[in-house]
Amino acid sequence: MPKDDLKTGYRLVGTRPNRPDGLDKVTGRARYGADISAPGMLHAAVVRSPHAHARIIRIDASKALALDGVKAVITRADFPTGLTGEDWNLQENTIAGDVALYDGHAVAAVAATSKLLAQDAAKLIEVEYEVLPHVIDVDAAMQPGAPVIRAGTADHSVPDGMHPNVVKYIDFGHGDLAAGFAAADLVRAQSYKTEATHQGYIEPHACLGQMGEDGKGEMWVCTQGQWYIRRMCSAVLGTDASQLRVTPSEIGGGFGGKTTIFMEPLALALSRKAGGRPVKLVMSRAEVLRATGPTASASMDVKLGMKADGTLTAASVNFRMQGGAFLGSSPVGEALSCALACYNIPAVHHEGYEVLANRPKAAAYRAPGSPMAAFAVESLLDEMCRELGLDPLAVRLKNAVHEGVKSSYGPTYNRIGLVETLQATMAHANLTVPLGPNQGRGVAAGFWFNHGGETSVSLAIGEDGTVTVSVGTPDIGGSRASLGMMTAETLGIAYEAVRVNIVETGALGVNEPTHGSRATFASGLAAVEAAKQAIAQMCARAAAEWGIEPEAVEWLDGAAVPAGPNAGKFPPMTIAEIGAKMGSTGGPISGHHEVTAGGFGASFGAHVVDVEVDPETGRTTVLRYLVVQDAGCAIHPAYVEGQYQGGAVQGIGWALNEEYVYGADGRLQNPVFLDYRIPVASDLPMIDTVIVEVPNPGHPYGVRGVGETGITPPLPALANAIAAATGARLRSLPMSPPKVLAAIKAKARG
Amino acid sequence: MSKVHVSATVNGDPVEFLADPRDTLLDCLRDQLGLTGTKEGCGTGDCGACSVQLDGVLVCSCLVLGVEAEGKRVETVEGLSSGQDLHPLQRKFIEHAALQCGFCTPGILVAAKALLAQNPDPTETEVRYWLAGNLCRCTGYDKIIRAVMDAGAEMRGAN
Ligand code: FES
Ligand code: FES
Repeated sequence: MPKDDLKTGYRLVGTRPNRPDGLDKVTGRARYGADISAPGMLHAAVVRSPHAHARIIRIDASKALALDGVKAVITRADFPTGLTGEDWNLQENTIAGDVALYDGHAVAAVAATSKLLAQDAAKLIEVEYEVLPHVIDVDAAMQPGAPVIRAGTADHSVPDGMHPNVVKYIDFGHGDLAAGFAAADLVRAQSYKTEATHQGYIEPHACLGQMGEDGKGEMWVCTQGQWYIRRMCSAVLGTDASQLRVTPSEIGGGFGGKTTIFMEPLALALSRKAGGRPVKLVMSRAEVLRATGPTASASMDVKLGMKADGTLTAASVNFRMQGGAFLGSSPVGEALSCALACYNIPAVHHEGYEVLANRPKAAAYRAPGSPMAAFAVESLLDEMCRELGLDPLAVRLKNAVHEGVKSSYGPTYNRIGLVETLQATMAHANLTVPLGPNQGRGVAAGFWFNHGGETSVSLAIGEDGTVTVSVGTPDIGGSRASLGMMTAETLGIAYEAVRVNIVETGALGVNEPTHGSRATFASGLAAVEAAKQAIAQMCARAAAEWGIEPEAVEWLDGAAVPAGPNAGKFPPMTIAEIGAKMGSTGGPISGHHEVTAGGFGASFGAHVVDVEVDPETGRTTVLRYLVVQDAGCAIHPAYVEGQYQGGAVQGIGWALNEEYVYGADGRLQNPVFLDYRIPVASDLPMIDTVIVEVPNPGHPYGVRGVGETGITPPLPALANAIAAATGARLRSLPMSPPKVLAAIKAKARG
Repeated sequence: MSKVHVSATVNGDPVEFLADPRDTLLDCLRDQLGLTGTKEGCGTGDCGACSVQLDGVLVCSCLVLGVEAEGKRVETVEGLSSGQDLHPLQRKFIEHAALQCGFCTPGILVAAKALLAQNPDPTETEVRYWLAGNLCRCTGYDKIIRAVMDAGAEMRGAN
């Protein structure tokens, strides 16, 4: 649907007002995780394992405790025993038990009266280790003889005879694979690898926690989900969830990495041990990189069958992923489900292995699993298009999924916008720019499911007719604006008359975090429903005053009006008038909606990148970049573009620069931004965007969610562009200059 | 270690604080003076979130010791706007949606102000290279660059 048709009739949706929290954020007033202090506050520091795998023989904190001003030291002995499943994983990752499982694994923590004192004290805590053999690489971890990380972790899905580090096996598909490959004119199979990357949010994890002997606690924390923090901390500490009140700070980026806990229970446990004094715990950048949410590393095989005209006939994928030393942390299931989701292929088969390695517990990172899968599948698809002399976008369009098609991962798609996205891509001017020597153009498509989830929103009419909305999804990139716009649109009032607050855990029912691209979708849907409830009450108040039936009143432009000529002749009663007298007409007026939101709509995107590769150095320069993605409906297009641009640039970093580099000793070699190099402004051109809008029928304004798909296509798009520029095909990320140069040289040697 | 008494001027106001000789200027601004607008993203000079001006020179305040501020002028994000009026950069950042999480924003605003002071009409490439030390993980920089160039244009027009 052309954008102009869709937006007809909306007053605010689709416009670009200033975000409500903009002023606080450009003046330095906005308070992030580390920006708050409390009277009597202590500062904490964490002792971390310098070994990738080591038995903890002894921890001696006597020298630390002897320092004046050191108030508490905790080890695993201060935590309850008997946890199971993911609760045990969370506890084990928060603080090591008998064995440190990765370089940077927390072993002890200390609270003292100043930050420097806490750091000094941490250095005085003596830990004796017995170093154990370790394994870092996912393929190596599956080999016979690889060090066993935790015997007995594997779940029932794993076939007999596999290495104990293989802890989960997944296998699904549909159609006749042999017949599909037999029907193909070209069958190709290749293997690919991606290294772990980090979400790289600029704000390190930070919290201020307080807990008394009675298990009642408070926490201020930078998080994507205050209820997740509450539940996970309580589980790890053995306390009751409702006794912990968690207030989210402003959040300095998350990208999935702040949907879980890493060190938050340490602050609470230290506080409890230090007589209930509040404890502030702020990670250093090295701690962030060593001990928080990298994504998985992957090793992948793909096989595709294609007819000479580009029709895909069969596909099989086999992925191995490690997500650290804990069952359930790798996104191998998501990777498999995303791998072939863009295409209508009669026969598909997926096989996946989750593998333990001596690395930090992987956390979600923007479309978890999808970027790696896309790198493998979209790279091979590109190779085959080249081999058959076919246009890679036309082939994608030919095979594109659409409404009514059974997806590769099972469900049948409802209204989706991949076809429209590819058409908009093919029509874009960037595709007609001529390329020079050493330049190449790459394209790729990408997919993410999007998500609804547990959502609870309250809305209250003020005495002056302005409106407060309380939501539980932290604002990570403009969602206060989009939620305020939808609320104001629904109520027919000014955008400025709505205030959206992100509230603490005591103020609403349980909300899932801002994850899965769900904040504008799910909190938006609930805010609209809450607004409709308030409208119904306001219409009833007007009806009572006018002495007519509530059904004879309707809501128009922020006021109750008689519905049609038969309802009687009354002047509109505005929201301000209704608010001013609500105390005497029946009491406060509010709306409330809670739901486990279904109805989320799948998201598809296509990217086109032009690169120039320096044949002398192997350095890749991104010349121009285009993101086309279906938003469903762009409530605030500027923040939709921002998501597309930010996702694309994270994907560019993943493709070209970023990787976890481990030494032979299993220690992370690059735990600083100088060496873990994320894209900087001078690396990049402007990032062109096209917002396609195929409305999601499951949302009142058609929203799909826009946060995640954008990180998926850059990995293969850049590989395809580099192949076009150099003739050299890179099948392992990152495509850093030395690797590209080696590939160019190998190509020249034939 | 005994603390050192430091007198400095921060955003035009005289201030005094006690600094541990190991405390960075960033720590002193945030923890001693309560000026938490300046952020720590790395502590190693790699992210620019802690950018301030020290006697007119753009520095990473995580790489300066608090004691080095003795007798010096420090300008932070909190000093960008004068009274009620936002600095054009601040206004343009809001208008262009040049922030998502906003954590990099204080450092980028301070750095961009320093750029426009010495180069009122920068090219896109000049803006990109000047800001290459300020990491932003959210935006992909596109809207940041546009906001800085637009602010520069407005400031040139106003002069
Ligand atoms: S905190 Fe100073 S440069 Fe990152
Ligand atoms: S807006 Fe989040 S780091 Fe720049």
